[in-house]
Amino acid sequence: MLYIENLYKIFNIGTINEKRALVDLNLHINKGDFVTVIGGNGAGKSTLLNMIAGVYTPEKGRITLAGQDITKMPEYKRAALLGRVFQDPMRGTAADMEIIENLAIAARRGKKRGLKWGIRKDEVEKYTEYLKMLDLGLENRIHSKVGLLSGGQRQALTLLMATLQKPELLLLDEHTAALDPKTASKVLSITEELVTKENLTTIMITHNMKDALRFGNRLIMMHEGRIIFDVSGEEKKNLKVTDLLEKFDDLSDRMLLAK
Amino acid sequence: MNAVLLSMQSAVSQGILWGIMTLGVYITYKILDYADLTVDGSFALGGAVSAVLIINGWNPFLSLWIALLTGMLAGMVTGILHTMFKIPAILSGILSMIALYSINLTIMGKANIALLGMDTIFTDAQKLLPMIENKATISLIIGILFVVVIIAVLYWFFGTEIGEIIRATGNNEYMVRALGGNTDTMKILGLLISNGLVALSGGLVAQSQGYADVGMGTGTIVIGLASVIIGEVIFGKRFNFAYKLFSVVAGSAIYRIIIAVVLQLGLKSSNLKLFTAIIVAAALAIPVVKEKFTKPKVTI
Repeated sequence: MLYIENLYKIFNIGTINEKRALVDLNLHINKGDFVTVIGGNGAGKSTLLNMIAGVYTPEKGRITLAGQDITKMPEYKRAALLGRVFQDPMRGTAADMEIIENLAIAARRGKKRGLKWGIRKDEVEKYTEYLKMLDLGLENRIHSKVGLLSGGQRQALTLLMATLQKPELLLLDEHTAALDPKTASKVLSITEELVTKENLTTIMITHNMKDALRFGNRLIMMHEGRIIFDVSGEEKKNLKVTDLLEKFDDLSDRMLLAK
Repeated sequence: MNAVLLSMQSAVSQGILWGIMTLGVYITYKILDYADLTVDGSFALGGAVSAVLIINGWNPFLSLWIALLTGMLAGMVTGILHTMFKIPAILSGILSMIALYSINLTIMGKANIALLGMDTIFTDAQKLLPMIENKATISLIIGILFVVVIIAVLYWFFGTEIGEIIRATGNNEYMVRALGGNTDTMKILGLLISNGLVALSGGLVAQSQGYADVGMGTGTIVIGLASVIIGEVIFGKRFNFAYKLFSVVAGSAIYRIIIAVVLQLGLKSSNLKLFTAIIVAAALAIPVVKEKFTKPKVTI
């Protein structure tokens, strides 16, 4: 499904600010996997997701998704394969456009856009049904500007938009980090519902270790641009927050020793 | 009194012809969120192309189409400078604008071309409608015809799948790319349409005033912004897209009326550009100042 081979990303090459964000990273994700990713700041989690999405191009290595080599494919082209939700709720939607317009644009992800009318009549009904699933009352405000929605509502809408066209891979970049705890848990349960219903292959970055354990069938821990811990199945189910904290402690000990 | 009324009528008809330029500025400034200075050059370009073609015996109506196409080309160049070569928006526009000054001089071969005695779409229309003697009325009718057709086309276009994604590009580029839209292409497309309209407006204005001048585009961007802002302030951000487009053209007409009034009141025409700049600066500054003074007071 997703194959990442010997991937390197280095920022500011040749300057004193050189940062090796990803170092010889290898990752293989199977169809239907729901992978949670944890790691400290600067571990390379977001860089990894941005590399898959095409925001950055790698210095070395190869990314293959659904049988296509996407290593050098521009961001807007590989969008056909990907659903994305960002950390910042403002990034996933167009604030000055209506809810229904945002959905119509999302429904055309990966399709050729032409001079046909932007929203067909039958689409309005379809999207209103989808919005009902969010249980946020958005189905009654389809012509409201998205800018009037709260951060949580926008994030839920972005999730719906990302999955409207079934993506090969769903990328969630700390998509609940900017929300209050109650809203965050609501958005997470919507996430779980959508992922399960459509059986989506998903990568979710989170800072919350409990969420990382509760969701998904596989957990990856990153440190300094590498994957240092990768568990799945039963082993992951039996994992506890204390185990993860221990791992983090080991890392900081090692870092202290290195200094 | 009659003289004042006549000058008002000619102000309105001028405003509507310039209003087509304002529609172009609206597309870049409001929809794409891009302050495009190319328009100073492409407005004069439209005038130059149309005038040169007319004195070479071309059909005046056809000359407007060519003007439109050359304006589109100018917009495309700005778009390529900005997207492919990552030159900042303002600078890309300035580069095109400066380049166009020389290009316009080359096209015209001199600083201005008079269309005296030449057929323009206005003289042609006058021949078709001999019962209307007033020149301003003729140009008003032609202006309104053009505006209605252009707004209908723009309303349709920005409602299509491509138009929708151009609007989204001005709103949130991250989202557009994540949803498979090529933001570079959309910006180029927006600039192309915008400058096409601006050049068309330049051609119409040149034919209406009877000459094209290499300096006729100076300050176009500021006049365009002033008209967009006036339209928005007076008619509000209500209703649908077509209403907004009409309010932009109305803004342009009102701008011309304001100019005619202040000229009647004794403002020297050499001070017009200063006056316009002050209108725009004030309109942009007022919301900021207002916010400063209306901040809710917090009592602790």
